[in-house]
Order: sequence, then C-alpha cells, then structure tokens
Amino acid sequence: MSFLEVKDLKVHFPSRGGILSKKIPPVRAVDGINLSIEEGQTYGLVGESGSGKTTTGRAIIGLNAITSGSVLFEGYDLAKGGRRSHLDVRRDIQMIFQDPYSSLNPKKRVLDIIAEPLRNFERLSPMEEKLRVQQLLEQVGMSPEMIYKYPHEFSGGQRQRIGIARAVALKPKLVIADEPVSALDVSVQAQVLNFMKDIQQEMKLTYLLISHDLGIIRHMCNHIGIMYKGRYVEQGTTADIFGNPQHIYTKRLITAIPNIDPLQRDKQHIYREAVREEYERAHDSYFDNEGFALPLKPITKTHLAALPERG
Amino acid sequence: MWRTVARRMVIMIPQIFLLSILVFLMAKAMPGDALTGLLDPSIDPASLEAQRERLGLNNPWQVQYWDWITKAFQGDFGQSFRFKMPVSDLIGQRMMNTIWLSIVTLILTYLIAIPLGITSGRYNDTWADRFITGYTYLGFAAPLFIFALLMLWIFGFHFGWFPTGGSVEPGMKPGTLEYVLSKFYHLLLPALSMALITTVTTVQLLRSEIIDTKQKDFIVTARAKGASESRVYNRHILRNSLLPIAAFFGYEITGLIGGTVFIESIYSYPGMGELFLSSISLRDFSVVTALVLLYGAASIIGALISDITLSAVDPRIRIK
Amino acid sequence: MNIGVLIEVFNAVNYFLNNQKIKVGLMRLVDRGIPLNDPLLAIKNLTTSFRIADDYYAAVDDVTLTIGKNEIVAIVGESGSGKSALAFSIMGLHTRARIEGHIYYKGQDIVPLPPSKQNKLRGKEIGMIFQDPLSALNPLMIIGAQIEEALLLHQPKLSKKERRLAVIELLTKVGIPRPEHTYGQFPHELSGGMRQRVVIAIAIANEPKLLIADEPTTALDVTIQLQILELIKKLKNESEAGILLITHDLGVVAEMADRVAVMYAGQIVEIADIYTLLSAAKHPYTRSLLHSIPTSKESQSRLHVIQGIVPSLQNLPRQGCRFRSRMPWIDPSAHEDNPTMHEIAPGHYVRCTCYKSFHFPDQKEVNDIHVLS
Repeated sequence: MSFLEVKDLKVHFPSRGGILSKKIPPVRAVDGINLSIEEGQTYGLVGESGSGKTTTGRAIIGLNAITSGSVLFEGYDLAKGGRRSHLDVRRDIQMIFQDPYSSLNPKKRVLDIIAEPLRNFERLSPMEEKLRVQQLLEQVGMSPEMIYKYPHEFSGGQRQRIGIARAVALKPKLVIADEPVSALDVSVQAQVLNFMKDIQQEMKLTYLLISHDLGIIRHMCNHIGIMYKGRYVEQGTTADIFGNPQHIYTKRLITAIPNIDPLQRDKQHIYREAVREEYERAHDSYFDNEGFALPLKPITKTHLAALPERG
Repeated sequence: MWRTVARRMVIMIPQIFLLSILVFLMAKAMPGDALTGLLDPSIDPASLEAQRERLGLNNPWQVQYWDWITKAFQGDFGQSFRFKMPVSDLIGQRMMNTIWLSIVTLILTYLIAIPLGITSGRYNDTWADRFITGYTYLGFAAPLFIFALLMLWIFGFHFGWFPTGGSVEPGMKPGTLEYVLSKFYHLLLPALSMALITTVTTVQLLRSEIIDTKQKDFIVTARAKGASESRVYNRHILRNSLLPIAAFFGYEITGLIGGTVFIESIYSYPGMGELFLSSISLRDFSVVTALVLLYGAASIIGALISDITLSAVDPRIRIK
Repeated sequence: MNIGVLIEVFNAVNYFLNNQKIKVGLMRLVDRGIPLNDPLLAIKNLTTSFRIADDYYAAVDDVTLTIGKNEIVAIVGESGSGKSALAFSIMGLHTRARIEGHIYYKGQDIVPLPPSKQNKLRGKEIGMIFQDPLSALNPLMIIGAQIEEALLLHQPKLSKKERRLAVIELLTKVGIPRPEHTYGQFPHELSGGMRQRVVIAIAIANEPKLLIADEPTTALDVTIQLQILELIKKLKNESEAGILLITHDLGVVAEMADRVAVMYAGQIVEIADIYTLLSAAKHPYTRSLLHSIPTSKESQSRLHVIQGIVPSLQNLPRQGCRFRSRMPWIDPSAHEDNPTMHEIAPGHYVRCTCYKSFHFPDQKEVNDIHVLS
C-alpha cells in the first residue's frame, strides 16, 4: 500500500449548455490517471498547458470535483463522502501555488496569512499562535519580526516562502506544489527549490510537484508522470524517463529542452529533426482516433509507456 | 449570433411573466383598492361591497391576475379612474412625449460624454482632465431633482429662455413645422438637465476605458509597427474603448426611466413619468400597474439590447 | 601522487579544453562571416531614466553595445535588470522616459529624431517581437488587418489586393498552415504558438534589418518554444537581419545567440561570444547565474543561490560595484571604486575587477552570511 495512490482518476467538466443548445460531450480534463507516491519522495507531474496536470493536483486536494476513480491517502479514500467527513485528512495535504503575487491576500499581515490554516484546524491562544507563526517564519529562513508586515513589502522569493510557511503550518504529510517557481527569476528559483528540499528532509514531506519545466522536474523528482490531453503517455523513475524515453511525445518533450552547450547546436538540430519526423510519421499509431494516448504498457518494473501494439 | 439572440428572447418571456405577477401583487398589497379613491367616503358600506363584487375585486388573487393579464395582452389595462378614459389611450398619448424626451437626452448624453471622455482619457493627469473629472464628481454628487429645479429656476424663470411646463405651445396644429419646433423647444431644457447629470457615468467609463486601453500591450505593437500617435488613437485605442460604451447603451435606457420620472414632474412635462407620480398619489391603480409593467419591460429589453450589442461588437463573446 | 597536484593537472586540462571550445566556437563565428566592425546598430553610453516622485532613476545605465548584420546578440538578465527597458529605448517606445546617449542605426543617431522620422524606422527598419502574443494583438481586429496595417504604414503604394496577397505570403512564411482561413480569424481563435507566429509576421512584414525579440518564448510551452526559436533562426538566415534577443533563459541563449551581454541592475556586466560566456564566464553575477540553473550533467543536490535580492530602481547603489552587496564574503577591496568594462580577451568585456578574486562561498562563509542577515 502506497502513501498516496490515485486509481483511474477522472475529472470531466460538463460543457456549457442551456436552453436551445445541443448536448456537447464533457471536456475530459483528466481521463484515467493512475499514480502512486511513496512517503518522503517527490513525484513530478509534467505536461504542457491543457494537459490536465494542474486539474489532477487540484482534484487530489479536493479543489476540483472528482468524476470517478479513487484517491487513497494512507488507505483512506478521499474521493468518497462529503468534504466534512475527511476534514482530518485534508489538513495532512496542503498546496503551494504558482503565483506568489496573487496567492497571498494583500490586505492581510504575514501573521494572519500563515495563521489562517491554524485557525481553521487548531484552537490556539493568540500568544501560542504568534509563537507558532514566528517559528514557521524562522523555518523558512525569514526573520520572526516580519509577522506584522504585508505581502507587498516582500520580494517574489520571500513571498513564495511565506506561501510555503502557510502550506507547512499544519505539519502536513503531502504537499502539492503547482508550478511553485515558474513566476520567479532564475536565482530566486534556486533559492526556493533548495529550500523545498531542505524542509522535505526536516519534516519528512512528500511532494507532488507539478511543472512544465523538465529541468526542474529532473532536479527535484524521483518519479515522473508525463501527461498529454488528460492521460499519461509515460511514467517511470527519473532515470527511466530521461535515460530511456519510450513514447514519441516524451522524446519530443525532452529534445525540446534548450541545450546549454552551444557546440552541440548542429548535432542537436539533426537529432530534433529526427525526433520530429518520427513523431509525425508514427503519430497515428501512438494515439487513438481522437488524438488521446493509448493505454499504458509495462516496460520494466518501474517504467510504463503508452505504446502501440507491436505486430 | 441569431441563436444567442433567440435564446436571450426566450429567457425574456419568464422574466416578463414574473415581473407582471410581482407588479400585480404589489398593487394588491397597497392600502385601499380601485374604489377607495373613486368613491365618496360617506357611501353605504353595503353598496360598496356590492360594487366590489360586481367588479370582481373579491375574487381570489390568481383569478383577478388572470383577468388582468389576459386583458393587458390585448392592450386593455382597464379604465383610469382619474381621467375616465382607457389606460392604454392615456399612456399612448404620453408615451410619445417620453420617448422623444429620452431620445434627445440620449443624444445629448453622448454628445457630452464622448468628447469629454476622450479628452480626459487621452490627456489624463493634465488640467483638462482634472477639470473634467471634477465635473463628473459634481455630477455624481448632485441629486438630479435638485439640479433640474436649479436649471428650471435659472433658465426657465430667471432668464425666461425656455418654457417652464408642458410639451408644446397651446393652439399649435400637429404636423406643422411650428408644432415640431415648439415640441423640441419644450423638451430641450429637461433633456439637457438630465443629460448633464446622467452623462457623468459615461464620461467616467470612457475615460477609464481609454486609460486602460492605452496601457495594453497591443498598443505597443501598433507603435512598433510605426503607426503615428493619431493613428494609434483612432484605430486602436478609441475603437476598443468605445465598445464597452456601446454595450452600456441598453442600461442607459434603464437609467433614463428613473430620470424621466423626476424630470417630467419637475418640468410638468406630460409624459409617462409625470403620469406615474401623479397616479400614485391619487391611487389610480390601473394606470400605476400598467406603467410599472411597461417600465419593467423596458428595463428587460434594455438589458437585452446591451447583451446583443456587446456580442455583436466583441468577437470574443460572439457565439457562432 | 599528491592530491593537490592532481587538482592542478585537472584544472590545467580543463582550462585547455575550455580554450579549445572557445577557439572552435570563434572559428564558427568567423566562418559565418560576422563582421566585428561596421555594426548595424551601435549603442553608445545609453542611459534611460524614469521619473519616480521628483527624481529620475536610470533603469538602463551607460550601456554600450553593438549588433552586426546576421548576428544574434542576446541580452540576459533577471527582472529589473533593465533589459526590456533597453529594447524599448531602441524602438523609441518609452512614452515617459529621459533617454541620454546615442543609438546609431546604420551610422545615424536615432535618439534625437522627431517622432515622425522614428515612425519611419519602426516597423520598417526595426521590427519587434513581444513576449505575450495574446496581449500583443488587438482582440477586436482580424489577423489579416493587423498584419496589413504594418504594410499600409510603410508601403502605401500597394493596392488592397497586393496587400492581401502579401499578408497571405507572410502567414505562409511563418508557418501558418491555412493562411487564407487565418487571415479572417481573431486572435482568441488561435493557439499560443500560432499567435506568436502572427506577431512575428507583423514584425517581419517590411523585411526589417534589425529584429528585437523581447522574451519571445517565455509565454509558450517547451515544444512550441522550440518551433518559434527555429522559425526565428530560419528567418534570420534568409534575411541576414541582426537580432537582439532579450531573455532570462540561459538555455534559450545557448541555443540561439552568437554573442551575449549580461545585464545586472541596469548595467552590462559582461559581454562575450556565446562559447566564452558559457564555458569561461568571468563576472561573479554571470557565474552565479550559470550555477543556479538545474543542469543535466550532475544531479547536484543543491543549486547555487545568489545572496540577497535585486535592489529596486530607487535603491540601486549608484556608486561602486552594484553586485558587491550580493557577495559579502569577498573582500571589499576587490572592487573598483568606479567599475568600468575591462577587455580581458578580444571581444570579452567584464565590469569591475572583483572577478579576479571571486569564488563561490564555502559552507563557513554561507553560515556567516546567514548570521549577518
């Protein structure tokens, strides 16, 4: 039994309709995702815009309604029952958002921002609360005196650390990080990524990291799932995916990463052309008639890919 | 496009139906009924009751409503107790006056709003802009009826430049040029009083739209193409800023309804608004209900016009 | 053998290999016929200041840079480095800024030109590609009309029919599959990649000699980014235009640039050809940046973090080395009082002398910094 196990998760959004309009099939944002994460590991969910990676994360934490499937968190099915019934489980799962500029309420002080989850779940006296918030600020590498400041007084990196402090305030077990650094500058990115690794060790956190940036995913993750139009095209360890990509889409994604060595330009160009040609040639055998990925097939014990039948 | 319009029209039907029930029930809830204002209070209660029975005023409300609404659909809103004539005839006369007043007000509103809004938005933070925004704040703060009274007193009584009541000089023959001119002369001051106040919303809207559009990235693209400043304004900023103004047009109609009620009473201009207020105070219920129904329908149609214009001019909303 | 000797040998070999790389790289630049003199655009001591409260603050501070024909020069920097302000200064797109210094386009200083003369250059001689293709297009105009506008402004003699044909041709050139259909579409009906192709079509409509691309792929997915970069390269090879590529992404720089200028806090801190910059960068900021990106080579567990934050425009140190506060473990005497650009190799310029004594902090120094802050 894994720590978090998502089985055949589907999130479908009904298409807009109304009087006098025909029934349109729903948008299949997430269409049958299976993933399992071991405790203390980092799982990377990769995909381009519209792939359904964010919806998957939001469905796990309960921000999007699940159409079907199950989300087992320590054996407890989050997809079943009303929101109330698993309030205790909810506090164990927290989220870090993409944009540190819009995810913090500008009218609230740092103290109120970080204390918000504490107020929802724990009954603390104002004194205890203040102490906890100060501890948390120290933990994210900021001065405890900053509790009375407002978000606009901080830089992007600092804000994202406040967001992280809020996420870890309740000592969660699983943190879902949705593009946590894509709004930040390179040097600040490094700071936040390092810091996420530090608190992972300190607090034994498990991460579900959602990102479009394969460089960051490779740097942070143990396991990776690659999504395309709501389905997985490939899943495996970081070594599987980057060392031995099987699906044409994965190959295309990986070869599209800018190469930092300018001497490789010509070689890289030829390689990319080859991958592109393969993609165009083999597209129809790798995707079904509607352009969705095929079912996953095992390649090794850890590595699965949506490959066509050989034959 | 036509599907959207058709869909919006279909939605309108239950809206108007609900509105009519509401209007009817409110009229019923008012103290007194159709007979109260009509009859001598010293009349014998028994014959009063007989009258009620005869007019159907003792029936359950849904029966009365049904009677009323079926007749209303045939254009029969009953009799006005005050004027002793059919309500539809009474309103018909006045409606044209109100429509003319509204049209002139609308034209004046845009004649004032567009140049002021453009100047204010294009040259924001200059003295001209400060002056114009100052005016809009005054417009927001000044109640329409006080401003209208002031205008009436200054230009009507003090200077005597404009007539102070009525919709046309008595004794004019309908259809002649003098008649038309006299009508226009009579509605000019009330229309101007109303336009000067109601236009401030549009001025502000246009100003903020222009300031907003000025900072859009596609304006930088236009400049990067080598477009001159005047071309950038005429082709890109103005066109995009006037769009919300066009969409606001329907709501402008709704706003006019409230305005005309006051203005017509102040200028004793024989329109629907003046009729409305005087009918309320005299408990001429059949007139009141008919007018409320008309006003409500006009608001709903105004909102419809807004939606349709917006979807007609904005390709992002246009539904195929 | 002593371990120290081993390290010496390793360093020497490394140095040799790096130099080889640079030589190979430079050879390629020479092969491509990139002239080192007679540039297309020469920026000299350009300072662009913005008024905040009652003072002017320089967002671009004393920048000197050249771009040659058929050359891609990248400007790298983080937000607030002044790289976009520089691009806007060249295009003359700042509406409320004070611009001092010179921008020579084909030998003519374009800074003092009146707006009407600048309009003749913009979109004709110099084209620009923007970051966010959705907001860069007018939402209420069809694609065709937006591209035609560029033609109309600079080639007024074209007939309506000719313009339409030219637009279709442009759309084909930038790789739009159904140009006749796209001509009548609105921006919101296209995907992000297609929109960026339209923005590029507008920029190249009048075959400009200089193209400024301001973060052209930041808003795009990685596979689309690749397509757009390849398109820009292809267009450059066809037209031999010079390209100024503004970006924060060192990966994009490595893929595209011939030469690179690194900007920090409004100033250029290092200029070098791409091979030198990526293998033998000298300025502490450039080195720190290169160290802070996750690379494939080693799965290093920690990324380098640049201490402190980028100062805001009002709080920029106007005296001394601007990067000084972000490397407190380096002896302050390593900096120049008035840092200037030093040419340490042909075409390789570094600001300030602090590069000579820069090293990355060891664990003890990192701890000291934390005590300080």
